Amino acid sequence: MTSTIEQFTDASATTLLRFATAGSVDDGKSTLVGRLLHDSKSILTDTLEAVEAVSAQRGQDTPDLALLTDGLRAEREQGITIDVAYRYFATARRRFILADTPGHVQYTRNMVTGASTADLAVVLVDARNGVIEQTRRHAAVAALLRVPHVVLAVNKMDLVGYEESVFASIAEEFTAYASDLGVPEITAIPISALAGDNVVEPSAHMDWYGGPTVLEHLETVPVSHDLTACPARFPVQYVIRPQTAEHPDYRGYAGQIASGVLRVGEAVTVLPSGRTSVIEGIDALGESVDIAWAPQSVTVRLKDDIDISRGDLIAPSASAPATTQDVEATVCHVADQPLSVGARVLIKHTTRTVKAIVKEIPSRLTLDDLSQHPNPGQLVANDIGRVVVRTAEPLALDAYADSRRTGSFLLIDPADGTTLAAGMVGESFASKAETTIQADEEGWDF
Amino acid sequence: MTTTVAHVHEGTDAPYALSHLDALESEAVHIFREVAGEFEKPVILFSGGKDSIVMLHLALKAFAPAPVPFTLLHVDTGHNFPEVLDYRDRAVAKHGLRLHVASVQEYIDAGKLRERPDGVRNPLQTVPLTEAIQNLKFDAVFGGGRRDEEKARAKERVFSLRDEFSQWDPRRQRPELWQLYNGRHAPGEHVRVFPLSNWTELDVWQYIARENIELPEIYFAHEREVFKRNGMWLTAGEWGGPKKDETTETRLIRYRTVGDMSCTGAVDSDATTLDAVITEIAASRLTERGATRADDKMSEAAMEDRKREGYF
Repeated sequence: MTSTIEQFTDASATTLLRFATAGSVDDGKSTLVGRLLHDSKSILTDTLEAVEAVSAQRGQDTPDLALLTDGLRAEREQGITIDVAYRYFATARRRFILADTPGHVQYTRNMVTGASTADLAVVLVDARNGVIEQTRRHAAVAALLRVPHVVLAVNKMDLVGYEESVFASIAEEFTAYASDLGVPEITAIPISALAGDNVVEPSAHMDWYGGPTVLEHLETVPVSHDLTACPARFPVQYVIRPQTAEHPDYRGYAGQIASGVLRVGEAVTVLPSGRTSVIEGIDALGESVDIAWAPQSVTVRLKDDIDISRGDLIAPSASAPATTQDVEATVCHVADQPLSVGARVLIKHTTRTVKAIVKEIPSRLTLDDLSQHPNPGQLVANDIGRVVVRTAEPLALDAYADSRRTGSFLLIDPADGTTLAAGMVGESFASKAETTIQADEEGWDF
Repeated sequence: MTTTVAHVHEGTDAPYALSHLDALESEAVHIFREVAGEFEKPVILFSGGKDSIVMLHLALKAFAPAPVPFTLLHVDTGHNFPEVLDYRDRAVAKHGLRLHVASVQEYIDAGKLRERPDGVRNPLQTVPLTEAIQNLKFDAVFGGGRRDEEKARAKERVFSLRDEFSQWDPRRQRPELWQLYNGRHAPGEHVRVFPLSNWTELDVWQYIARENIELPEIYFAHEREVFKRNGMWLTAGEWGGPKKDETTETRLIRYRTVGDMSCTGAVDSDATTLDAVITEIAASRLTERGATRADDKMSEAAMEDRKREGYF
């Protein structure tokens, strides 16, 4: 797709899609990312020249596109991607923020990081190898993080003669597996990132495929679901009280709407106190509005002067969440130091940080086959497990399935501030499939 | 900006999406408010360049109708464009803000820093910056850095913990999940905060146009005495150019970035309006820093190395 200047100069017509890529080491992820960036004008001449110069200096014949994405000395030295990097590109319809996550198995926490804010995940598969363990892990992480849309990109179709049957069987196997996990929408696309088939331009080699190219799909997939279906959640970040001659009585609650829609005149409840009031006004960054929706940052004014501070949650009285001090959740452990039963931690949920204690670690999950290992005692880096946490003060939690924003939390080490774990409240996967309890004592090789 | 529903689902009245600029604005405002809610003494790095001007504009919106609850800090290289210093001082006065200035020239005069042979002062900013942070005890420092600027910056977190020496360790960064920013730090440490992380150069310009934000004049095409060094057009002046073998000429140019005069290059341009600038950038085949920054060309990891030492 060629870009014209007009496409980039009309700022109002474009929306923002955040997506993450996942793939094993040799699946061609760099090539896919490189092609998306290149064909959308996002690799500029001087950047490409720098890559060519460094590649040539190392004696390579062709520019090493991985140099575009590996930004750290250590990554270039080792030739691997260590950390999530964020990339930006644009077409006429959309701006894209790509969380480029490493494919290496030991960096599961990085895929979790990338997927946490993604509207869509692209899972890459090598057509010659089909669905492998790593593919199942990626699908499981996407399902666990409730990424709304998953694209299966079956790459290297040129190496299997562009055979429809190869693609169809991989797509079928992946779709069955991911659907079981509760991934709501799966789009399978046969591609060759190297040859350019179905990445940006439709392929001339696969007449049998009638679907969109990867870029077309990225451009047209809906970025948010119907928010009227979600109850409104408004975590208070900061209280704005100018106390100036011009605004002697202004008292506004600043925050970003986490989900749903807020309307002037709506009856609301403030949690955890349970006090009630009515929305008197909504200021959307300088303008008074009647309605505002996620993820707008706004300031809400209430009819009554009640005690509200950072960490409180404002919700419609008709659909306010319950508060609890007992949190059951799935966590991905992201720190190098382990998390053990009995650990005293901080839990950061929306704008509220409270003390907590890890009461139980009932199980640890094997992403390969989704089996549960009971009572592991502790979780180490990249582990995913169930935890039960008791908090010092009540929290207004939603299930992660209902709201990624109010159903997620961090566990933090109070001693040194390290982020220990990323938590998701409620059931792990959308499907209610029976999980097999395995008393397997074999090592955790994840 | 519209006051009513911007996008509507066909057949229903359900709003469902924000324009990309609204989404970026909302995210940046959220970041400003998180810092205001969790830190004792934040400061905004303000150079008078377009990114810091957009940062200040967002901060003003985030806390309106109350004033911005932060002070500003400028690291003055001593070789700044006069138009930019003028803009800085007017902005500070207009919004009733307080400005701290850390001066590279004072460090050189006191013998604490030595002028480099090439006269480039950008790398010299690190020491005055980090000492100002330590001496004034700032615990959160907003920078206008964007991840699209440079590949080391692409790895930068929105909340970036710095140790008591202001050092960045890219291998020991906290994972950043959802919109849950962890700003916890020990005494002496601080957090660098980048509310424009997810913005591109074009986003910044489109936002400036949408919000009708005033900029220093050097961002628009004007005639100026320049000379060529290392393939870039530099402004002639007392800072150290031109040398004997360099000749000045008057050209129609503008600046894409604003920094130290010794290493910030101008681009040939006839773009005198915001629309013309946006059109020019959308068509450009050069990155912002590649076109205009000498110091990034020093080595493949120049930015990473400076960031490790405490540079913004």
